[in-house]
Amino acid sequence: MRVGVVTFPGSLDDGDAARAVRHAGGEPVALWHGEDDLRGVDAVILPGGFSYGDYLRCGAIARFAPVMRSVVDRARAGLPVLGICNGFQILCEAHLLPGALIRNDARTFVCRDQALRVETTTTAWTSSYQPGQRIVVPLKSGEGGYVADGATLDRLEGEGRVVVRYLEGNPNGSMHDIAGVASEDGRVVGLMPHPEHAIEPLTGPGGDGLGFFTSVLASVATV
Amino acid sequence: MSVVVEVMPKPEILDPQGQAVLGALHRLGFSEVTSVRQGKRFELAVEGEVDEQTLARIEQAAATLLANPVIEDHVVRAQALAATAEPSA
Repeated sequence: MRVGVVTFPGSLDDGDAARAVRHAGGEPVALWHGEDDLRGVDAVILPGGFSYGDYLRCGAIARFAPVMRSVVDRARAGLPVLGICNGFQILCEAHLLPGALIRNDARTFVCRDQALRVETTTTAWTSSYQPGQRIVVPLKSGEGGYVADGATLDRLEGEGRVVVRYLEGNPNGSMHDIAGVASEDGRVVGLMPHPEHAIEPLTGPGGDGLGFFTSVLASVATV
Repeated sequence: MSVVVEVMPKPEILDPQGQAVLGALHRLGFSEVTSVRQGKRFELAVEGEVDEQTLARIEQAAATLLANPVIEDHVVRAQALAATAEPSA
């Protein structure tokens, strides 16, 4: 089971994402933003960071990187893709996920261990969790406010595509306390919080984040 | 000629940057200012005349890259280039 981790200029969390894949039992494969070759991977992670310096808008330039042409094509055909933080912003800019991320309403960068509720366990990235499970993973972002128009929010809620929701206070003004959403087929997931920083107690607030990575290994094994 | 593209957050989208600027203006005594929305302005130099076709192309560029239609509105218009200052001899 090979999981590609894309490095863009300005990516920060590609190392931790690869480590999380390895910890879950998968083989991380380094992918480069400037090449459209996905090296035969079974899933792709777009990691956190500040791709292309976050110039213009977060994710707006990364969306047009050569690697993204392949990611978008393959995602439309069912390839599991997880975007974390900056990766979530890239997925929204690429229209693989609806909505957008704007500056936090409190106008400050938020960096803390964040409680979340896993709302949907039918996606490729959340099957290891129980519906309604409370997890704690780090959140570290300045532009994490999830926004979408009313019709889009109704559709996401109605179709069970809100994947995780903030608990115990909304840290950034996200509509409906949304911390992560999924594509219609549940294969593409975007998250603002960072599960790759919470895969074991030595280096994070616990191991609550590991489930995203074990989930995708299980989903690919059963397809 | 150049083409100017102005991008603004949609009215219904929260603009924390504009709010921060409004707060600073009030602290400086500019109490008559009641609202600030902050946007972006792009100045694009283009080859040749700016005709309908050029503006249509730039409109496409604006909708594709310069603005995110989910959260931003944009306006495209032609503008004469400011005269380039000649270095004084």
